[in-house]
Amino acid sequence: MTTLPDAQGHFGRFGGRFVPETLMAPLHELERAYRAAGRDPKWERRLAGLLADYAGRPTPLYFARRLTEHCGGARIYLKREDLCHTGAHKINNVLGQALLARRMKKPRVIAETGAGQHGVATATAAALLGLECEVYMGAEDVERQALNVFRMRLLGARVIPVEAGSRTLKDAINEALRDWVTNVRTTYYLLGSALGPHPYPMMVRDFHAVIGRETRRQARTTLGRLPDVLVACVGGGSNAIGLFHPFIGDRRVRIIGVEPGGEGIATGRHGASMTAGTVGVLHGCMSYLLQDDDGQIATAHSISAGLDYPGVGPEHAYYRDAGRFEFVSITDEEALEGFQALTRLEGIMPALETAHAVAHAMRLAKTLPGSKAIVVGLSGRGDKDVHVVAKALGREVK
Amino acid sequence: MSRLATTFDELRARGERALVAYFTAGDPSLAETQRLVLEAAARGADVIELGVPFSDPIADGPVIQRAAMRARERGTSVARVLETVATLRAETPVPVVLLTYYNPVLAFGLKAFARTAADAGADGVIVADLPLEEAGPFSAEAEAAGLDLVHLVAPTSTPGRVRLIARRSRGFIYVVSLTGVTGERRELPRDLEAQIRTLRRLTTKPVCVGFGIGHPDQVAAVGRLADGVIVGSAIVRLIEERAGTPTLVKDVGEFIASLKAPLRVRL
Repeated sequence: MTTLPDAQGHFGRFGGRFVPETLMAPLHELERAYRAAGRDPKWERRLAGLLADYAGRPTPLYFARRLTEHCGGARIYLKREDLCHTGAHKINNVLGQALLARRMKKPRVIAETGAGQHGVATATAAALLGLECEVYMGAEDVERQALNVFRMRLLGARVIPVEAGSRTLKDAINEALRDWVTNVRTTYYLLGSALGPHPYPMMVRDFHAVIGRETRRQARTTLGRLPDVLVACVGGGSNAIGLFHPFIGDRRVRIIGVEPGGEGIATGRHGASMTAGTVGVLHGCMSYLLQDDDGQIATAHSISAGLDYPGVGPEHAYYRDAGRFEFVSITDEEALEGFQALTRLEGIMPALETAHAVAHAMRLAKTLPGSKAIVVGLSGRGDKDVHVVAKALGREVK
Repeated sequence: MSRLATTFDELRARGERALVAYFTAGDPSLAETQRLVLEAAARGADVIELGVPFSDPIADGPVIQRAAMRARERGTSVARVLETVATLRAETPVPVVLLTYYNPVLAFGLKAFARTAADAGADGVIVADLPLEEAGPFSAEAEAAGLDLVHLVAPTSTPGRVRLIARRSRGFIYVVSLTGVTGERRELPRDLEAQIRTLRRLTTKPVCVGFGIGHPDQVAAVGRLADGVIVGSAIVRLIEERAGTPTLVKDVGEFIASLKAPLRVRL
């Protein structure tokens, strides 16, 4: 399994490089630079140092006692990526890629962002490493994630609202790709999810795999064995693949990705491309997509901007078809319940994206005996979502 | 011999260069697209590039993005675009090359798309996000159906890639003049001449240049280097401005004539 993707970036029939010719040579150049960096002990030490001293790794594996008691079944553990600098797992990948941008001598980085977490992380790394930074963000997300927009601006990044299409993450990626095609000689595209053309899905996975490696080590110490189930939310799937990947060979560990069910799969207003999508090509890779019969990409819907995407990373698609990963969906309403439960019972406010994983873990824990252990990828903190939650609960925050 | 090959051969024999005129199918409507294409062919367009509207056109600038959105709002599907090609083919021999992204082709089915397009009378197809490495399966279907799969060469393409693209591209070679998306630019890129010279050393296939060309003066300059000049956004922008007015077809026809004029001059 460590041999995937193949030389052309394919995970079975998924992945690949479906981009305009202009980007092909730059993608090859990026792949070469990435592989060379991986062979450079100095570069590796620099990244490990930043992950430890700057991002705050390793993050704890925390036993959620009150949540577990509340559910009355399997023990629930939280892999606390919300404690990373900038408040989410996104920083793992961003530090790696920003160091790569420096190594490739690209003075400017661009990024797309949905919830704003990847944008904030990119703006942070750009500030740290002295890079010029521009972030594309769907205009609707700019409205619902105003706090993160201001954080990016404070960090010195330019936030460019994207008015095209559905005005969300999908359109932000379109615009970032157009920028990259135009400024490819001077610009590094710092893609934030485990999707896009090869080598991005591989690189993003590798940079986040630290989550799963730490979890293995910590589970051995605290549980004396590997966990029984891993649960993580999946939009593009970056935190999920990071947690899951080091466990793929451990057949006894169940791996579950949680997709945004939005207002319910039956309503058609959701972002569950594994549950309700078909195979197609979007943003440079082949994977499962939400699309109509004519191959036009559908608009996703989710209360969480970070999951509001009509596709999913190609490696997830591969392991879904291989029967290794399971996928379920959680509605907006259930995610809000998960958000409130974790906040009230543990004093941990998860991001709305993360709340999808929490909600499913709670549901699953009730069906399993206390001897079983579930690890939830607690991918991000929820401060950014307080306004959205207040609105959904019919309150107003001034 | 394919209609594209015949067209370029005849133009070469006359010392002319081709005007390749782009239209987004279904903007402002498929009926208008038909009238516009027939007028363009009558006023000097040698090859018609017909864009299949797609929801996420990452290689296109704002003008063609808006056109695709208008066309989709009017319910322009792949099947209806192909029907339009068939209707056009009954009325004009002008070569038609479809320009699309890969996902609509995948959704239609690679074999079904290639066959239906060829049966409708399309001559070639350009897939904006399908580089050589991924083109194998569709290339095989296109070839079997007798549809020319045109590959693009970019300013960033390495010499090795340029050689392969020159070998595999059929009908003509599409030279992307600049790093960027479609749309008009004030000036032509400086390295264009070198880019075309490199290609000429590798191939005798027709070379057409697109992206950023919208003014007759630019067409004239590129016409001195290439076998064909592709104009898209400038035409689509004019259609956007004149849509719904009685002079739409006539105005676009006149613009086409002004673009073709410098390409008629014998070299």
